[in-house]
Amino acid sequence: MNKQQASVLMRHEVGLHARPSVKLTKLAKAFESRIDLGLSPDGPWVDAKSIVKVMATKAPKDSTIYFRAEGSDAKAALEALVTLVDGDFQDGR
Amino acid sequence: MDDRAHRAARRVEGRLAASGIALGRLVRLKPAKHDARQHRSIAEEHRALADALAASQEALGLLARDAGDADAEAILAFQIALLEDDNLAAPAFALIKAGEAANRAWSKAIDPEIASYEEASDPYFRARASDLRDLRDRVLRHLAGETDQAVPSGVIVAADDMPPSLFLATDWRDGGLVLRRGSPSSHVAILARSRGVPMIVGVDVDRLADDADAVLDADAGLLIVDPDADLRAAYCRRLAEQSEARQLAASFKGPAFTASGEPVRVMINVTGLAELRGVDPAEVDGIGLMRTEFLFQGREQLPTEEEQYQIYRRMLEWAAGKPVTIRTLDAGGDKPIAGLTQEGDANPFLGVRGVRLSLRHLEVFRAQLRALARAAVAGNLKVMIPMVTVPEELDRCRALLAHVIEDLRAEGRQAEMPPLGMMVEVPAAALTIEDFSADFFSIGSNDLIQYVAAASRDEPQLADLARPSRAVFGLIGHVVKYADGAGRETSLCGDLAGDPEQVAALLDQGLRTFSVSPGALGPIKAAIARYSGPAS
Repeated sequence: MNKQQASVLMRHEVGLHARPSVKLTKLAKAFESRIDLGLSPDGPWVDAKSIVKVMATKAPKDSTIYFRAEGSDAKAALEALVTLVDGDFQDGR
Repeated sequence: MDDRAHRAARRVEGRLAASGIALGRLVRLKPAKHDARQHRSIAEEHRALADALAASQEALGLLARDAGDADAEAILAFQIALLEDDNLAAPAFALIKAGEAANRAWSKAIDPEIASYEEASDPYFRARASDLRDLRDRVLRHLAGETDQAVPSGVIVAADDMPPSLFLATDWRDGGLVLRRGSPSSHVAILARSRGVPMIVGVDVDRLADDADAVLDADAGLLIVDPDADLRAAYCRRLAEQSEARQLAASFKGPAFTASGEPVRVMINVTGLAELRGVDPAEVDGIGLMRTEFLFQGREQLPTEEEQYQIYRRMLEWAAGKPVTIRTLDAGGDKPIAGLTQEGDANPFLGVRGVRLSLRHLEVFRAQLRALARAAVAGNLKVMIPMVTVPEELDRCRALLAHVIEDLRAEGRQAEMPPLGMMVEVPAAALTIEDFSADFFSIGSNDLIQYVAAASRDEPQLADLARPSRAVFGLIGHVVKYADGAGRETSLCGDLAGDPEQVAALLDQGLRTFSVSPGALGPIKAAIARYSGPAS
């Protein structure tokens, strides 16, 4: 199975709060792969498609977010998620 | 005569969450009880919760559709996303399977989530507890077959807490909100600010009588119950002024964009908490400059670390996550401070001032840096050093800051390293800007102009020289260009930024962050909106 890992520094002003979490989980859900999110390279990992779990990490500003994905579109999923976080959760609006 | 006119007015204190004045009848909202429910079979309880979740989701969807502004939509989108996530209700369904009633299972499942947010150290995450309570109660109301609570229009509402969804379903008109719980960073406070609903928090609402006549002066953090006729009349006048001022400001609300749609950040310059009253944090991109000299002036003793910390922290709370740039003491020059600045300086503007003074009074400087490092935990703080001339000065400040953080942590206190930037006001620094290891730059145009022109801004005969010249704009352009290339932000916080006639020239130099006095916000946003690109 296709497994991928990636990490990105989050600069958002108030951390991984409500609005960014909504965007992140929505994007994650657009992919088939299983996607996990963690605040360190060795986890603990939470389901990146669950806003309940993602918000519960209470990741503050300047945290490094780690992703790992497993599935057919794992690579594309991680690229998209890293771009979202790196772009400060802007969605082209 | 009305009996109320004889009753003494009673003042109840709270903390400002959204600015403004409201007059009206006080309405006390009581928390609803949802436990009157018959327990049925496991299958029925399971279906009852599933139905209540689906109904809540639909109701929130309708509310979001009618919300009509981005803040409200985002807040409701968060609640909808929580409901869509099976992880939220999974523990409740497990409890139902074990024989628990649907309403109790739902509360038991969600209460620990609420508690975990209430315990968070970050005020932003702490404020999310209110969103979860809102969601919990909505589902409980559906389970109990209750209709949604309704609030009469144009009243002053007093309650423990107010769920964002109820806030959005209420017609506020000239009403206001008084809460026991909640904070300036709660979703309700964000909504109240964006809709101009005066709001205070931290009020002992149990002592408030339902149906009393009241005045809410949110800027003063004050609720006045049973005001006398004079007081009432005075507030009526202020309310009229407020509506007039709001109409004026409404023409340039929200983020600033140039005519070609490019976003420009507009922040404010302040000297203390007092000026923040009447400024809606939603209308600015942060505090671009807080001058701290005013904390030190006109007093017998210098402010303590604790005193400074409290003020800095409150500014960060006001900004609710937006950047707050605090400048370390910029004394000397035209700002003498008894017992600190040198008297009889032959040429104070070229003398021991700004960082030069701070580095010579380390005990005073350390107290300020300690207060700042402690406050950095509470929000998006940036620390700015004034009058930097050579890179070594900034390096020393950075080392001192790192050192006080080490000390604080060793004492068991929370402290964080904020981004450290510099004022660019000395021409030598502007010319060699690439040598400075600053995290951001802020151009102090007042001093830069007088230093570039060698002409005092206080000498009326030299007014023609002490003005923004091509030389000054050249230096500004040089700094902005370097900072853009190096991925660092440049703002301009001098009087130049607040002059609508200079806006185009500054935008021509690539400047995209302005920091102005609160009163200049409207005119500057208007000038930015007229800008369509460099004149060719």
